[in-house]
Amino acid sequence: MDPILEVRDLQTHFFTADGVVRAVDGVSFDVYEEEIVGIVGESGAGKSVAAKSIMRLVEDPGSIVGGEVRFKGETIVSFEEDENGERTESEEMLSNREMRERIRGREIAIIFQDPMESLNPVFTVGGQLREFIEINRDVGESRARETAVDMLREVGIPEPSERFGDYPHEFSGGMRQRVLIAMALACEPSLVIADEPTTALDVTVEGQILEQVADLQEKYGTSFIWVTHDMGVVAEICDRVNVMYLGQMAERADVDSLFHDTKHPYTDALLDSLPRPDQTVEELKPIVGVMPEAINPPPGCRFHTRCPDAREVCRRTNPEPRDVSGPDERTHRAACLKHEEVFKVDYSASAPIENETSAGFDVGRTSTDTGAVDADGGVHGSRGGADE
Amino acid sequence: MSDVSGPGEGASAGPDVAEEGDPLLRVEGLTKHFANDSGFLSWLNVERDADGVPVSVGREWVRAVEDVTFDIRRGETLGLVGESGCGKSTLARTVLRLVDPTEGDVYFEGDNLAALDGEALRRKRKDMQIIFQDPQSSLDPRMKVGPIVEEPMKAHGMLDDDGREERARELLERVGLDPQHYNRYPHAFSGGQRQRINLARALSVNPDFIVCDEPTSALDASIQAQVLNTMRRLQDEFGLTYLFISHDLSVIRHISDRVAVMYLGEIVELAGKEELYENPQHPYTKALLESIPVPDPRKSETRGVLEGDVPSPIEPPSGCRFRTRCPEFIAPEQYDLTPEEWANVRAFTRRVIRHGFEMTTRADLEAEFFTEARPGGAAGEALDRAFVLLERGEWDAAADHLRESFTEPSICAREQPAYEVDPEYGDDRHFCACHLQRDAEMTH
Ligand SMILES: Nc1ncnc2c1ncn2[C@@H]1O[C@H](COP(=O)(O)OP(=O)(O)OP(=O)(O)O)[C@@H](O)[C@H]1O
Ligand SMILES: Nc1ncnc2c1ncn2[C@@H]1O[C@H](COP(=O)(O)OP(=O)(O)O)[C@@H](O)[C@H]1O
Ligand code: SF4
Ligand code: SF4
Ligand SMILES: [Mg+2]
Ligand SMILES: [Mg+2]
Repeated sequence: MDPILEVRDLQTHFFTADGVVRAVDGVSFDVYEEEIVGIVGESGAGKSVAAKSIMRLVEDPGSIVGGEVRFKGETIVSFEEDENGERTESEEMLSNREMRERIRGREIAIIFQDPMESLNPVFTVGGQLREFIEINRDVGESRARETAVDMLREVGIPEPSERFGDYPHEFSGGMRQRVLIAMALACEPSLVIADEPTTALDVTVEGQILEQVADLQEKYGTSFIWVTHDMGVVAEICDRVNVMYLGQMAERADVDSLFHDTKHPYTDALLDSLPRPDQTVEELKPIVGVMPEAINPPPGCRFHTRCPDAREVCRRTNPEPRDVSGPDERTHRAACLKHEEVFKVDYSASAPIENETSAGFDVGRTSTDTGAVDADGGVHGSRGGADE
Repeated sequence: MSDVSGPGEGASAGPDVAEEGDPLLRVEGLTKHFANDSGFLSWLNVERDADGVPVSVGREWVRAVEDVTFDIRRGETLGLVGESGCGKSTLARTVLRLVDPTEGDVYFEGDNLAALDGEALRRKRKDMQIIFQDPQSSLDPRMKVGPIVEEPMKAHGMLDDDGREERARELLERVGLDPQHYNRYPHAFSGGQRQRINLARALSVNPDFIVCDEPTSALDASIQAQVLNTMRRLQDEFGLTYLFISHDLSVIRHISDRVAVMYLGEIVELAGKEELYENPQHPYTKALLESIPVPDPRKSETRGVLEGDVPSPIEPPSGCRFRTRCPEFIAPEQYDLTPEEWANVRAFTRRVIRHGFEMTTRADLEAEFFTEARPGGAAGEALDRAFVLLERGEWDAAADHLRESFTEPSICAREQPAYEVDPEYGDDRHFCACHLQRDAEMTH
């Protein structure tokens, strides 16, 4: 079976006064029919920019500068190179108008973290939903209204016909997010991109929404890209997961092998740093330091400044995610040179390097503390104002 | 480094001391109601009348915190967990007397804060510090880090200029920053580092007690772990007592010795950490624990889902405030129903109240809700009446009728629950505000 969405080597950069922010820097992944694919990573990893790039919604000063996005045989993003290596957008790309009229909302819908980004505060919730259905499903006003009320009920809004005329501010955060889910599903799109839709919500509300999404997904067979920083949410709803770090993919696997047969040191470290609801963890193991800024990413493997397994070779080589699964296992990609048999570099012969993880323990500052100290000088200095 | 020492060092003030009867902080019947006039005439706000009773002439009251009682032992961390808007921050601010309580008392080191006058209260405040969630806005962007850390010392007239600077530099180091950062501005720091600056600032006046209001909620997982570890280390080094507020049950489990669960302004359960997580008794605590996503796909099958929304704190439900959503809401004694019959009645009642379905025919509804276990007798007659009203399209009347028949007579709607439970883990008291414990001993 072919994937419905193919993303290849996607690059989206922001051209700012301080320099080029390589927010998404060579990202590839697929989405198949009826699956929920997670994109997980810490803030600033490039998740939202990747999600917006798929919809071609990147705003100034950003632009998609490379790679391909194909959706059900149509080309959303593609580039051609001339003989001088100059890149231009390729002819086969859908026009802006086609994106607007055929793709966005109808074929691919997006849900943002802040529902107020998508709801207009001066119109009623029901009115906005009705209008959206009217325009996108070519039905009359009264039919659209009925559908809108049904959708509101389906996503769990109590007393939907009474609440139809309420304004967005009269809804709680959870209810607004449900309205957006109703809107996203109203045109029965093949793909919904959900960018941290439950991050601002309480766990009980999040639980209600995730359950609803699982039901609706079953009913309509929609595929989802679920963007989150929460490993718990990933574990709960995703079929496959992409782990992002600093604009690139670190690991991609089925959800079970990602958690139980982790192949990338970043994913490992991230899982180790989490306090758990289901068991008492006496000592947390933080990842040392902070994620460097995407404006000036480290050379070689982007995680090498914080990786406990980093070696000399990791400073020079930036590995792309390759399949490191064993025979008879499903594809499991990791961008880590430790997997020597696949990457064919001399990792084990290479010397371990000094980074933030190797700073020693001392009384006043534990290794974790020291990490934070070392990291910030170079990292945040670029924003100016540091007067040392 | 001798200068920067807490009362915990040297002195024997660990959590193992003062086991019984010597709390650092005692909160008794603390209540905070806010007047809910929006703008117009709100300067007229009088929050209490002469008798301390809220004046409610044409005015709505947000009952943000209601009759909260607990104590915190020296050296321990009490976790306070609950959903957004349940009153955690209001409780914290009222405990510290940053806002005046509507009712109730707070004793700190034995002194009733309400009885202290301005100057005495100000001096007491030195021993009680607070750290807020948003490290961005809690630091003045125009001040350098050093003066930020020194500010509380200045306010309390501690040390001279040089002494303060020396102490600030030492504190920066103690919280895991570089003393060289003394001359930087906050914007040059990451979120985790800003929270460390906040810690240094709070520690500067050598407090005994720190209220931490969601101190790591804005941080990424890996950074959160760094800050939590630092907070623990500082607690040992300075002999600190924490009231640690969070909506994150995983963080609370990691950091706390005992845990209080709050719902709609009230503490519904309070117990030792292991006891609360391994032997929760209150249906709300259970629902919360079941709804946290566990970072393990092999364990996430059984996420429980709580129905409905949190009601408004302006008119909270009578009796048990959780009753409108409680999956175990107790049947009124006047009916003799099997558990299955009662479950059906409860589900039906709530769906009618929520308008959760379209009226079809009575037969369809009977089939949807009462195929198995349809109650007879008085309960059956009450249901018959509701169906008649629904068939006439009188939703509100049907809802009212069901409320009167099945909700209001329940003990859950009539009496405020407060019970002690025998703990299975450890021997800290286990308080549970749920009538399912009514065979156990009454607290009040
Ligand atoms: N100054 C005020 N005037 C009126 N109502 C208020 C005021 N401050 C808080 N409230 C209300 O009191 C209740 C408790 O609010 P509080 O900020 O204590 O909640 P919280 O548990 O800290 O929530 P969060 O997790 O979102 O921080 C809410 O209903 C809130 O709207
Ligand atoms: N409009 C913008 N201008 C400049 N940089 C941006 C802009 N939007 C995002 N970025 C940068 O792109 C990187 C990735 O951001 P984002 O995709 O929002 O991260 P995530 O969603 O994973 O938290 C970050 O370094 C961020 O600062
Ligand atoms: S390539 Fe090297 S630095 Fe990167 S994750 Fe693997 S071991 Fe760590
Ligand atoms: S008192 Fe009743 S409604 Fe409240 S939690 Fe207990 S069983 Fe549920
Ligand atoms: Mg984002
Ligand atoms: Mg709060």
